[in-house]
Amino acid sequence: MKKIKLVMVGNGMAGVRTLEELIKISPDLYDITVFGAEPYANYNRILLSPVLAGEMTIKDIMLNDVDWYEQNGIRLHLGKKVMRIDRIARQVIAEDGTTEPYDRLLLATGSNPFILPIPGKDLDGVLSYRDIGDTDAMIAAAGQYKHAVVIGGGLLGLEAANGLKLRGMDVTVVHIMPWLMERQLDQTAARMLQASLEQKGLKFLLQQQTAELVGTPSADGKARVTAVRFKDGLEIPADLVCMAVGIRPNDDLAKSAGLHCNRGVVVNDTMQTYDPRIYAVGECANHRGTAYGLVAPLFDMAKVCANHLACLGIARYQGSVTSTKLKVTGIDLFSAGDFSGGEGTEEILMHDAVGGVYKRILVKDDRIIGSVLYGDTVDGSWYFQMLREKQNISEIRDHLMFGQSHLGNAGHQGQSNAASMPDEMEVCGCNGVCKGTIVKSIKEKGLFTLEDVRKHTKASSSCGSCTGLVEQILASTVGGAYSPQQNANKPMCGCTEHTHEEVRKVVREQHLITIPSVMHFMEWKTPNGCASCRPAINYYLLSTWPHEAKDDPQSRFINERAHANIQKDGTYSVVPRMFGGVTNSSELRRIADVVDKYKIPTVKVTGGQPIDLLGVKKEDLPAVWNDLAMPSGHAYAKALRTVKTCVGSEWCRFGVQDSTQMGIDLEKAFWKMYAPHKVKFAVSGCPRNCAESGIKDVGVIGVDSGWEIYVAGNGGIKTEVAQFLCKVKTAGEVLEYAGAFIQLYREEARYLDRTVHWVARVGLDYVKQRVLEDAENRKALYARLQYALQGEKDPWAEAVRSADKHEFEVLTA
Amino acid sequence: MNAHAISISPAQSPRQWVKVAALQDIPKLGARVVKSTHGDIAVFRNAEDEVFALRDQCPHKGGPLSQGIVLGKTVACPLHNWQIGLADGQAVAPDEGCTGRFAVKVAEGMVYLEV
Repeated sequence: MKKIKLVMVGNGMAGVRTLEELIKISPDLYDITVFGAEPYANYNRILLSPVLAGEMTIKDIMLNDVDWYEQNGIRLHLGKKVMRIDRIARQVIAEDGTTEPYDRLLLATGSNPFILPIPGKDLDGVLSYRDIGDTDAMIAAAGQYKHAVVIGGGLLGLEAANGLKLRGMDVTVVHIMPWLMERQLDQTAARMLQASLEQKGLKFLLQQQTAELVGTPSADGKARVTAVRFKDGLEIPADLVCMAVGIRPNDDLAKSAGLHCNRGVVVNDTMQTYDPRIYAVGECANHRGTAYGLVAPLFDMAKVCANHLACLGIARYQGSVTSTKLKVTGIDLFSAGDFSGGEGTEEILMHDAVGGVYKRILVKDDRIIGSVLYGDTVDGSWYFQMLREKQNISEIRDHLMFGQSHLGNAGHQGQSNAASMPDEMEVCGCNGVCKGTIVKSIKEKGLFTLEDVRKHTKASSSCGSCTGLVEQILASTVGGAYSPQQNANKPMCGCTEHTHEEVRKVVREQHLITIPSVMHFMEWKTPNGCASCRPAINYYLLSTWPHEAKDDPQSRFINERAHANIQKDGTYSVVPRMFGGVTNSSELRRIADVVDKYKIPTVKVTGGQPIDLLGVKKEDLPAVWNDLAMPSGHAYAKALRTVKTCVGSEWCRFGVQDSTQMGIDLEKAFWKMYAPHKVKFAVSGCPRNCAESGIKDVGVIGVDSGWEIYVAGNGGIKTEVAQFLCKVKTAGEVLEYAGAFIQLYREEARYLDRTVHWVARVGLDYVKQRVLEDAENRKALYARLQYALQGEKDPWAEAVRSADKHEFEVLTA
Repeated sequence: MNAHAISISPAQSPRQWVKVAALQDIPKLGARVVKSTHGDIAVFRNAEDEVFALRDQCPHKGGPLSQGIVLGKTVACPLHNWQIGLADGQAVAPDEGCTGRFAVKVAEGMVYLEV
């Protein structure tokens, strides 16, 4: 088949990202040609500031070198500016006459710096700050001259000023507004920023309007700038003037071709222009009235555009909320959303002028609408995520200001501020990754997303407790190019664009009962899914259609397939169930005999109170279970693990309720229950709470007049204290309320959500409404759980009976 | 030895084809372990009934690949979720590493391994 011809004009980050996305999903559809006006392959424009500051080199910031184009069969015309689009003949014509025909055209012409229309703007030594050429010119000037003036106190201007200062120049920043970065910062934060930049040696002239650039002719006849003159007559010396007063979408080419433009090439939600054969992405595009100048939205556009170029036609770009981070070493600044205040907005404020910390969160209708952080930006990503997802913050309002970092967050020495960590300090305690390694990877491999960093460095890819730190490192390394992950509409995995919720809905509404039917119905991109989506779909099918959907063992993680926990050496651990933690001499004797007979190397009491036999060979498992003659403890499964109990009123002199019996009853009622993730219960016989009910998915505490039920606690990665759900009188009520809660979780949480994550998302009020206030619904939930568990078999007894040789037997050759 | 096991006398060098199992004894999107003089070998069967054989050790930390989830022409190691190509034994980028391959074929419903 003859390939379709795709021509791209502009060789910057947005355009090349679009090609990368396109090649990922449809590598063979197009014959691609790229025109770039600059003589360089694709580089990371965001990192020009560190290059100017001398912290990185041009080589460090290359994203795709010439080889990448060649490897992907892309024809690359470097240093050739496209002058004309002939839409009738469907071809583009470059400055040097090079002509390329197209079937589809992608415009990614970026933006141009705005040059003040003042006398002297064409003098030598007057530059903008946009590309490698400008950066090189500034570096060269810094070596020769003394006085630099940066016009524009926005993000770009300050980064330029900082770089020139570090290169040894005497730098003055001129800004027309009353404070710096007025579009990103309020006055207080801007003053703090200015003070710390002044400490670094920068000078500022605010509310000054430049009238003229003064020059004197040099020997070669060209005039070089010597001073800047302001409206009020003030004049300051300048050998280098950098204009950083803003950017304008570069839509000249599109305009000349008769495409509809309005401060950028106007595109629809599929990134298509008014000519259906022509698409536009990046800073040159105007989407719903906005032309973006930050990198994060460009990547979203690239993904959507690639989807349509690949003829999949299912993605929409609906605009972006952007956040800002200043890349000036040693300055921590974050801003997002609307912080202008105004009617109906509430303000949460913390200001420590001496300590150099300022945090301001703006709230409207219980939702964050903007935030400005200075000095401590640890929680910037968190606020930004809630802002974008329009999350209701009424429940966490009282501690919102104190951020997301929690006491129990372990594994990284209690660090919560990545900026202050030295390079050799370990960030990810699971995979042993230190900060320097992450920074190096981000820079060298051109990583922009948390997912990328996880893939390449493994940092935060295991337990995830250092995710916040990794995000901070990412944000401070790539600055505005980093966009925190959006959880609300996050696709389930790389195999689909659909979310967990959408998959659940389709399973329920279409009455789907097999994995292939789900993948077919929802147009999965991969033939068999992946190790993330298959177990999730399997769970959704089983939990939605109990007794109807059939379990697919090959879509379960090995632990659930073998009903035992795989260990690092490939052996397994066996944890027999002891209801409520109660055992007897005959069980203990059988356990002892099994340990001897199968030469099991380690016997250990677990944290949840049963006994763990470690180092069992897989082929021995059925025999071990047979000899134990005890039920499965499900220590390997996303299921009810244990119900931890204290001794309770039967023996304890403080006990007011029979917690042991309550624990046995709960465990007998709910064991064999699969769930989105593991589920742990505990029952204590008095408020001394020896069974640690406060950190369990369901924690029950006996009081003299009945039982208190707490939910959504967690003692693992993040220690989270369980929240009070209700108080009931009888053991029967404990079963019903706890059962209804856990069934709601089974039906509505995403696979691999612990109860704490799910409740944090939907809110405890919602849970109360469904479980407490609506008695009928509670009873229905409880009944559905009982129905699901009806006839559910003990997997060990099953395995012993059916002697599943596929799973446990070894072949020989 | 278990009654269901298929026993073949140890392979002589040079390598030769030995019958190890019926294709239907390997679960679709699953694997079986074959003990051999070369150590444990994982024999995989994918959704299209293609079979592949790799040394049953992930190049990362030696995890038993036979116990992983099979998808397309790769297997996800059960220990740390590295993706290993079934046909070439190569780890999927950005991970780097390789595990040994064995020739394997299906004839008249039986799976043969070259050991």
